[in-house]
Amino acid sequence: MSRSTRRGALAAATVALTLTVAACSSSGDDSSAGPTTSSSGTGSAAFQPQHKGGTLKLVAHAAAGSLDPQVNYTLQYWQLYQSMYDGLLSFKKVGGQESFTVVPDLATAMPKVTNSGRTYTFTLRKGITFSNGKALTTDDVVASFERIFKVSSPTAGTFYNGIVGADACLKKPASCTLPKGVIGDAKTDTVTVNLTAADPEFPYKLAVPHASILPKDSPTKDAGTKPLPTTGAYMAASYDPNRALKLVRNPHFKEWSRQAEPEGYPDEIDYTFGQTVESEVTAVQNGQADWMFDPPPADRLNEIGTKYASQAHVNPLTAFWYATLNVNMAPFNNKLARQAINYAVDRAAVVRLYGGTNLASPACTILPPGFPGHVDSCDYTKGGGKTWSAADLAKAKELVKKSGTAGQEVGIVVQDDDVNKSIGQYLQSLLTQLGYKATLKPLSANIQFTYIQNTKNKVQLALTSWYQDYPAASDFLNVLLSCASYHPGSDSSINISGFCDKGIDTKMQTALKSAQTDEASANKQWSAIDQDVMAESPVVPLINPKLIDFTSKRVGNYQFSKQFYMLVGQLWVK
Amino acid sequence: MGQVTDTLPRSREARRSPGPWRTAAGDLLRNRAALAAAVVLLVVVVASLCAPLYAAHIAHTDPFQSHVSGTTVVDGKTVPVLTPSSTGLGLGVTPIGPTWDPAHYFLGADNQGRDVMARLLYGGRTSLFIGFTAALISCALGTVVGVVAGYAGGAVDAVISRVLDVIWAFPVYLLAICLSVVLLTNGLRLGPLTVDAGSLWLPVAIIAAIYVPYIARPLRGQVLVLRNKEFIQAAIGSGAPVPRILRREVLPNVLPTALVFVPLMTALAMLTESALSFLSVGVQPPDASWGTIIEDGLGLLYTRPTVTIAPGLLIALTTAALNVLGDGVRDALDPGARLRGGV
Repeated sequence: MSRSTRRGALAAATVALTLTVAACSSSGDDSSAGPTTSSSGTGSAAFQPQHKGGTLKLVAHAAAGSLDPQVNYTLQYWQLYQSMYDGLLSFKKVGGQESFTVVPDLATAMPKVTNSGRTYTFTLRKGITFSNGKALTTDDVVASFERIFKVSSPTAGTFYNGIVGADACLKKPASCTLPKGVIGDAKTDTVTVNLTAADPEFPYKLAVPHASILPKDSPTKDAGTKPLPTTGAYMAASYDPNRALKLVRNPHFKEWSRQAEPEGYPDEIDYTFGQTVESEVTAVQNGQADWMFDPPPADRLNEIGTKYASQAHVNPLTAFWYATLNVNMAPFNNKLARQAINYAVDRAAVVRLYGGTNLASPACTILPPGFPGHVDSCDYTKGGGKTWSAADLAKAKELVKKSGTAGQEVGIVVQDDDVNKSIGQYLQSLLTQLGYKATLKPLSANIQFTYIQNTKNKVQLALTSWYQDYPAASDFLNVLLSCASYHPGSDSSINISGFCDKGIDTKMQTALKSAQTDEASANKQWSAIDQDVMAESPVVPLINPKLIDFTSKRVGNYQFSKQFYMLVGQLWVK
Repeated sequence: MGQVTDTLPRSREARRSPGPWRTAAGDLLRNRAALAAAVVLLVVVVASLCAPLYAAHIAHTDPFQSHVSGTTVVDGKTVPVLTPSSTGLGLGVTPIGPTWDPAHYFLGADNQGRDVMARLLYGGRTSLFIGFTAALISCALGTVVGVVAGYAGGAVDAVISRVLDVIWAFPVYLLAICLSVVLLTNGLRLGPLTVDAGSLWLPVAIIAAIYVPYIARPLRGQVLVLRNKEFIQAAIGSGAPVPRILRREVLPNVLPTALVFVPLMTALAMLTESALSFLSVGVQPPDASWGTIIEDGLGLLYTRPTVTIAPGLLIALTTAALNVLGDGVRDALDPGARLRGGV
């Protein structure tokens, strides 16, 4: 399970969000926008100069491709970009729940929202300089928004298509201009962004790296391995995807907001690629590396958890692993058959296969615990209850019998890494027990995610996972299970189950509208939708995973952002 | 008298003459190394054939079903088959190790909680089946192709030889992996012949196909030499039909060579199958082969190395035995080869 591929997968997956945005109506409310407020939270701890300096050594099995922040869509580099690039807004650089908070970054304050939620006005901070020595101007902001389309950013058509003029830019990226969509005023240092419809999630979309502000003269194509100038604490000095990435301090950086872009501790961050995961573990154990990107292999977990417990940091993720059941193909076009699988799956077994109870917890809902809209609820547990306690194989067999689907063939498609394959083998064994003729098809992680989305491949059951883009219930329910996200015959049909329930879809649209004015009410609606969807059983939630960060003995000040994971620049090695 | 004394010894000698096959069998039985190898093979084959008996009546387990949440008995105590770590941060889950109790996970469990010993025996059936069947098919096809190309000559030989060259040009494993990846997705459909994606016949067909040139080329060379021999020329001169010449004159002369290839190719095919299965493009789960068991054990190398080492040892033992036996068969069928230093 490569964390680098997850975001890549999302690139193809967020088509549904297009329609989400379009469906949002104006609220008529001219108050400050945003699902979160910048003033809330505890704020970041003060900088401790005695820990400044040294070289932080990171290792990964492989690099994550292009270094261009408007192109790359991997957690591996999004994590680094937090200390390199800035947008008008950003997620707060702190650990814990506060990390979901959007705060002003290159903007002086949260935007003024007018025109029924369709116009966002930002004032740029003064005195910010790119790492190439050029001052940040409103022209850079306008050019950066246009560049999102010019470089065909993976989320251009989903996150930013609501900007006025985006339609034309999506059709002709090379000549993209947004004269009415993004307007800069150099005299007042303001930038106005006009949307075609209100989008309560727009601040989140401005806080992800694809909305990074780059110099206006940046190339209008993927910069690839050539580092682009940064505004943040670090800049890339060199990058060779086959060998290493070297980050050094941005000589022009002066901390303007500790919440948005804090000063970093290490003088240099060396990221080395090409090691095996086993050797990564050994390198961290020996102090030859300070952190490993890849999840430690299963047979080293016990060793890490005992001998190196003080160096292991385990954090729950707002994500879920699940099995998709194709509601348009036998046998899972039968609701009873789908429910049977939900009853039959022993989530505790899946937790074990993932690495144990301290690395995952059983899932029974689509929205992960701690996520907006999540409410404990479990329709498919033995004896009933709000959380999953045990599988009910007897009931599952009874449902299969009732459905009349026993004996049918079921193909299971999984990724071919150890964890995915072992869960797939378990599901195959379980389906055989239920009376199906199950076959397992492990595919390379590079192709499995697109393969299972395309209806032409007739995938009946697939194992996959979903990691949040930003903290909104719609990022799970609407993206994964709305009618709009089902595109038969396309590789970008993230509604892998092919589930389309008009009644539930209407409820989703209502919840999206509610989110513009009353987030709490919207979240209640989303939790009800979660339960409605689970009653139809198009998916089988399996586990909510946790992440291990394994750091060397000398590393201090570990902080885990729920949005972008470990804050690399905040680690100290002195 | 003279006639009598002249005739009797000759007829006695004729009765005593055991014939080439019996001579070869005698030579083989006198070859201690080959005999030992045959015994080892026999033990492996019999043990593998007994896999269902072991699983059902001794281990009382289904080696193809996951037992992730299962329990077993060790020293009278009920313990989980997969034990979550209870020390430190409690990270990771470790399958039970060898108990040396045939009734309860003799060689321990894999990451699905399946009995490794039972899977080893079932894996042996699969690996031996694929190895032997693929070798037989490969040798049979290779013999036919080699004989036809060598005897026909001209355009037929040129076409067949170039096709063999093309196959030969690809590294064996690369070709096998490519074929496997393609065929494992959709299965094999050749006219009326249909092989499902998960069928064991798929790796058999792939392995058999890629090794055909390795048999056909040396046999073609042998036939080219034979074709100019007097007895073949005599048969041609006497107007014998080609199929009859091939069947009666050519085939009996190349058959010993083809037979020598069988045990050697079986070993090679088993190794190839193991490699493909290890790379997930051979035998598909839940079926077990020694290669798949090694792959299953790879993620347990630090905690439960037995899962990897046991099938590895069996592969090494079996292929070594097949090679020694193959050498014995070669020496028996073609004693001259020993002097020449090879087949």
